[in-house]
Amino acid sequence: MTQKKPEISKGIDWLVVWLYIILVSIGILSIFAATYREGDPILQSFLSFKTDYSRQLLFFGIGGVLAVFILLTDSKFFTATANLWYAFGMILLLLVFPFHTQVKGTQSIIRFGAFQLQPAELCKVFVNLALAKYLSRVETDFSKTRSQLIAAAIALAPAVISIMQHETGLALVYFSFFLVMFREGLPAGVLIIGFSLAVLVVATLLMEPNTLAIILTAVAALAIYLLRRQIKRRRRLLFLIMGIWFVCVGIQRFAVPYIFDNVLQPYQVKRIYDTIGKDYIPKDAREALEIEQTSGTKKKDDGDYNVKQSKIAIGSGGLSGKGLLKGTQTRYEFVPEQRTDFIFCTIGEGFGFIGSTVLMGIYFLLLMRIITIAERQRSVFSRCYAYGVASVMFFHIAINICMTVGLAPVIGIPLPFISYGGTALLTFTVLLFIMIRLDADRQMVLR
Amino acid sequence: MAGIFLVIIAQLINLQLVSGKYKELAMNNAVYPKVKYPDRGIIYDRKGKAILNNTIMYDLEVTPNQIKGVDTAYLCQLLEIDTTEFKKRIVTSILKNGRYRPSIFEDLLPPLVHARLEENIYKFPGFSLVERPVRTYPFQAAAHIMGYIGEADSNIIKRSNNFYRLGDFVGRSGLEQNYERILMGKRGVEYMIKDNKNRLVGKYENGIYDTAAIAGRNLRTYIDVEVQQLAEKLMSNKVGAVVAIEPKTGGIIAMTSGPHFDPNLLTGPDKQKNFNKLFLDVSSPLLNRAIKGQYPPGSTYKPLGALVALDEGVITSASGIGCNGAYYGCRRPVKCTEHWSGHAANLRLAIAWSCNSFFSNAFRLTIDNNKYGNAREGLTRWHDYLSRFDLGHRTGIDLPSEDGGNVPDTAAYDKEYRGSWNSCTMVTIGIGQDKLLATPLQMANAVCIVANKGYFYTPHFVEKIDGETGKDTLLNKYRRKNEVLTHISDADYETVISGMQDVVDVGTARVARIPGINVCAKTGTAENYRMIDGRRTKLKDNSMFVCFAPRENPKIAIAVVVENAGFGATWAGPIAALLMEKYLNDTLRTERLKEVERVSGANLMPGWLVREQYKADSIRAWNWFKSTNDSSAIKKLMERPVPRYVPEPEKKAKPKPAKPVPAVVKLNTDAIIPERPTIKNSRT
Repeated sequence: MTQKKPEISKGIDWLVVWLYIILVSIGILSIFAATYREGDPILQSFLSFKTDYSRQLLFFGIGGVLAVFILLTDSKFFTATANLWYAFGMILLLLVFPFHTQVKGTQSIIRFGAFQLQPAELCKVFVNLALAKYLSRVETDFSKTRSQLIAAAIALAPAVISIMQHETGLALVYFSFFLVMFREGLPAGVLIIGFSLAVLVVATLLMEPNTLAIILTAVAALAIYLLRRQIKRRRRLLFLIMGIWFVCVGIQRFAVPYIFDNVLQPYQVKRIYDTIGKDYIPKDAREALEIEQTSGTKKKDDGDYNVKQSKIAIGSGGLSGKGLLKGTQTRYEFVPEQRTDFIFCTIGEGFGFIGSTVLMGIYFLLLMRIITIAERQRSVFSRCYAYGVASVMFFHIAINICMTVGLAPVIGIPLPFISYGGTALLTFTVLLFIMIRLDADRQMVLR
Repeated sequence: MAGIFLVIIAQLINLQLVSGKYKELAMNNAVYPKVKYPDRGIIYDRKGKAILNNTIMYDLEVTPNQIKGVDTAYLCQLLEIDTTEFKKRIVTSILKNGRYRPSIFEDLLPPLVHARLEENIYKFPGFSLVERPVRTYPFQAAAHIMGYIGEADSNIIKRSNNFYRLGDFVGRSGLEQNYERILMGKRGVEYMIKDNKNRLVGKYENGIYDTAAIAGRNLRTYIDVEVQQLAEKLMSNKVGAVVAIEPKTGGIIAMTSGPHFDPNLLTGPDKQKNFNKLFLDVSSPLLNRAIKGQYPPGSTYKPLGALVALDEGVITSASGIGCNGAYYGCRRPVKCTEHWSGHAANLRLAIAWSCNSFFSNAFRLTIDNNKYGNAREGLTRWHDYLSRFDLGHRTGIDLPSEDGGNVPDTAAYDKEYRGSWNSCTMVTIGIGQDKLLATPLQMANAVCIVANKGYFYTPHFVEKIDGETGKDTLLNKYRRKNEVLTHISDADYETVISGMQDVVDVGTARVARIPGINVCAKTGTAENYRMIDGRRTKLKDNSMFVCFAPRENPKIAIAVVVENAGFGATWAGPIAALLMEKYLNDTLRTERLKEVERVSGANLMPGWLVREQYKADSIRAWNWFKSTNDSSAIKKLMERPVPRYVPEPEKKAKPKPAKPVPAVVKLNTDAIIPERPTIKNSRT
């Protein structure tokens, strides 16, 4: 470190910074549109920090300060302390168990006075750091199964704890780190198998068990028929096909029903059914009651009420939208959770197809820019980290918007930079600015 | 990644650009079109007095989420309900409209309760008094003419192509129904924004899409409400009808049907209860007998028969007949009330003394007219004349559900006598019996034709509509002069009219004399049969009377029917006389007031009504028992003595002076049938 200390702004990717500022501004505007009530003095309520939009503004400020701090930090600090942060995150997550407050059905929030902290949200940064650290180690040979398993464990440990805290949505986010691992050499087979499994599960839910079993058998028979030459030469292939068939039928026949009956909460099962467009009939009165109660805590979550209202809101926006503060759906609280998870409705209704597409365009630009940044890194650590950022953000954006337009089940995860919520905004800010800092120092080879 | 983004954008295109239903759904979600009901039109009488008007009553509304700390006991005391009822109503309103929207707690508060609540309403947060326009009949008169309004049912809504909506009020009978389009006005709409709890939070787009309600237009009628009131008073405790028409215009001055009811019964808070009561009464107070009661006209037909015979040339004004109490031209003699010789020496005398022999003979001559050669052609000609008198079909009055009466034609007799009939078969038509049936309205209208010497205007109530334009074609048919019988010579009319004047001056209806006015009239005493307990029983005759006055310039023509009341001159005559005097002189002489009291005090309700009521009640009690297994109604019935109907003696005794009997068809229906729960409609 004999180099002259560079000035902070040097090497910073200003495009990303500007996109960040634009997105947060859109966010504050949307929260304002969703929660502003006629007659409130605008300037006053923006500065009072009592309304949601002014609180979001406050968090924007805090985020700005944090960003400056991060940009002032030496990028080596992050590589050096990555594992430490991970440990800290895990402790925080575990601390939730004794100290949590029950908020809206999840048990993943710690409360300090007026301030709420959701460690599972924060942990995304730490996992990303630790994963990047692990993958960039010289001694890690990612082609080995053992390394792959360790990487998966690093990524999924917080997810498991999250699920134990009834916060399934955030837990799913951690699966997005598999995209990073894929970039670092995880065999494509894993993804293909994962995807096939997902198709199989959906098919299981949609089709009669027996019909599906017959189809699977037919596919297996067809495969054997097509591959009969090879099978003659290699007996093992036959056993492989038989094995795959056996596993598929097993999953379809036993594993999925078992998971739906015993692992998932009834309301989650119902949401999954709602998404694929089937009516879920509770098996017994106890379960029906449970669904009702869980829905009660989730505010009018009966059936696909949220999604229906959200689709109405977005659909009624039309081409150019109803204009700021003109949306009847969002202004009169027909869409629940519209300032947090369903914030996209406000944009869809207020600014229509054009507004929504522009927002999608901004996100697309941001993600492409992050991937470009990732690819221009010399250090494995920076590249992994940047890919992590892209994966997490992509997962959030895709799932959140898909959920509001009715393409995915309702999973309560926020829209990055736009949804109301201090922890989420700060987490994404930190996540993004660490990347910017690392990118600014891309000429240095880091470990 | 790009793939997923494209999928999302595709879905956005689908939601926002392709599918149009979401805009509508969002509108339905958030915009509530609040209907503003216009005031209905007012109906005035010929002197500009409002017979049917609007007034304000109050509903008590409750918003369930706001009732905290209400002194329930005190409120219940004011409303005269108990706390369980209170709780029940709150629960119902929560179920119906939710906690955040107001629902009706009690509708149409009686004035006393409203006054009590008005003072104390500040003590009951969550409760409010809401104005509601209600129809009112300031003169308590003309129930059958005015009709009433009721909520539109599914049939009306379907027939109107969904113009009406559930909860709308629509005219259900009378002028209210006939002139519905004019009286109802035009609904306005106020677009309100509602939030996710269905609370109205403000006007949509500051009300630029709102339309104001346009009040219904008023009707000016020919009715003279004082004459109408007098007619109703005179008809109290009688079954029958009175129709008074202005011959020069066809405008109806008064029309009442006995028994009648106070129209205000069907507007207030107890309207459903009252309606049920009236509906279950066997004397059918809801029936407008003036247009739906079909009576054999009896002797009141005779002037018409005389005109037909004169015009056909089968008799002359000098024709006479020797009558000594009966007509023996056919196998069965037709009895006549007069015996002395010379009472049918000519047409004038025959009309004045209402000689049955003369008119039986005249009718036979008309049918067996040598001009045509056979009775078939004669009857056809006669039928044609009667049709020109506007009998045998509906007159087309501006009231709904009118009946047409009956004028028999050849087909009717062919059917009954298999083609073998002659003028003797139907000889009693000549004295207005047999198959001849007419409504009191038709009788009055026929008198108008005689008074006008051949023309008439279709009887109607409405003279003009306020703000009438060329588009209102409703009244056109009432302004057309129908010159149906102007070809009959004036001399013939004069003969008959002179006969009718003699009826009053010297003949059967001397009770109807009014000093200084030449009244022309004809009495009628028509036989009255009815199926009672499975037997065709002859009842006391119907008392009929038709008249017009003054002779020189007819201003009023009246037909009166009083069922079961004997001679035409005993009850129907005095009623018509009083009405004529009231209308023509605008007041009654003081000595006539006693007569008013005598007539109105008389109770002529037929005796069989009690028996019929008992039967109807017991059938209902049995059906009630069958459907609910509740025998209390039957038990109550068994405590009452079983009334038997004993036919009155054939002898036509002079009617005894009216007893002050409250035997006005005693209605015990509400005691027998447990009241059905009435469903109150919520209107927001």
